[in-house]
Amino acid sequence: MKKPKIAMYWCAGCGGCEEAVVDLAENLLNLAEKVDIVFWPVAMDFKKSDVEALEDGELTASFINGSIRLSEHVEMVKLLRKKSQLVFAFGACSYTGGIPGLANQFTKEDLLSYVYEEAPSVDNPEKVRPIPNFKDGEFEVDVPDVLDICKSLDEVIKVDYYIPGCPPTTNVIIDAFTALLEGKLPPRGSVFGSNRSVCYDCRLNDTKPEKTLLKELKRPHEIIPDPEKCLLTQGLVCLGPVTRGGCGAVCIEGNMPCSGCFGPLDGVKDYGAKALSFIASIVDTIDEEELDRIFEKIPDPLGTFYRYSLPKSLLKGRVRRCNP
Amino acid sequence: MTFEPKIVGIFCNWCSYMAADLAGTARLKYPENLRIVRVMCSGRIDPQFVFWAFKKGADGVLLAGCHLPTDCHYIEGNFKCLRRYKLLKKLLPQFGIEPERVRLEWISASEADKLQKVSKEFTEEIRKLGPLNIEG
Repeated sequence: MKKPKIAMYWCAGCGGCEEAVVDLAENLLNLAEKVDIVFWPVAMDFKKSDVEALEDGELTASFINGSIRLSEHVEMVKLLRKKSQLVFAFGACSYTGGIPGLANQFTKEDLLSYVYEEAPSVDNPEKVRPIPNFKDGEFEVDVPDVLDICKSLDEVIKVDYYIPGCPPTTNVIIDAFTALLEGKLPPRGSVFGSNRSVCYDCRLNDTKPEKTLLKELKRPHEIIPDPEKCLLTQGLVCLGPVTRGGCGAVCIEGNMPCSGCFGPLDGVKDYGAKALSFIASIVDTIDEEELDRIFEKIPDPLGTFYRYSLPKSLLKGRVRRCNP
Repeated sequence: MTFEPKIVGIFCNWCSYMAADLAGTARLKYPENLRIVRVMCSGRIDPQFVFWAFKKGADGVLLAGCHLPTDCHYIEGNFKCLRRYKLLKKLLPQFGIEPERVRLEWISASEADKLQKVSKEFTEEIRKLGPLNIEG
């Protein structure tokens, strides 16, 4: 039997997702025996032309990580879509927009002027910026254009499956590969991981009382939490209860509260709004000034609740107002 | 053309929606800019509803529930509504939306006049703020 061909590609990501693949350790060797990896720029020497030379649909699956930030990403993922039977969004960035998506709080001009002109470490008196399709006489230099907003993968191409996580944990990656290789894939559009919240997997779940109410919120640098007690009940903003499980609550093992990288549970449209709703509702006061004081511990609600999901939120980022 | 604000009201079944009913029976006219959606409790009001309203073209969102601290039919739904509202107001500027576009009021079943007053005030406030005009 011919081995299924797969491709792995990165867009605007940090490389953590590739690292997560390498973290499969000996499982990676098992995988490499069962599939032909025909494109994986970070690890192997293949070119775009190799992908172009494939028949349409010749790839069994493409695993694409990173959010869509540049025109180059759009071009590459459209090519991979054409050549693949299945596309897996790999990791929080391609699934919900991820950390690069936080840039949607600013306009493209804000970002470029800060990065190329205003940042304290920049020395650029001539204000040189990258220009797509730049020509100077006979010389031509082409760099990709920055898109107006950062997008998740499924805003650009059709995505069949989602592998959540920043980065996805080994067990979720193995689940996805196993399902693919054994032909036991769930319905299209499914998200790997469980459909219970992180709390369900969390070792500290039993220490969570029936009803949690907080008089104070704490930021992680302010306390040394008791590692044997639910971090939420200790006042830390732990998003475990509204976040998809399947990760094994690994952050809690490191004494850090859940920051929500696995994204929303089924049925939630806007993860950040749901997370905000949950944290706010367990604050134990109805005095408005007291509420303001307690919420001072959340100085950046957008960064806290939409850390991995701003491009997939209902408003997709800071709203652009058209002129009346 | 003059700007007519579109305002979505999300009202609890037991107090505020009853007040709107009473306003109808008592023929207390309130601005037609307000379109009311009924939910069972102000504790049911999810910040997602507010974002959805803005996304779909609302210029303002008026939330209303039973008076603090003891009027809630479900005992503490209005507490939750207040807490969410406070944190939501802190989040909205980060999305580039004026926090004044969302307002929470406690309106009991007998306060049709308060509903009338609040909806008039809020409509004028939003009229001054101008349209939200979210692109796309």
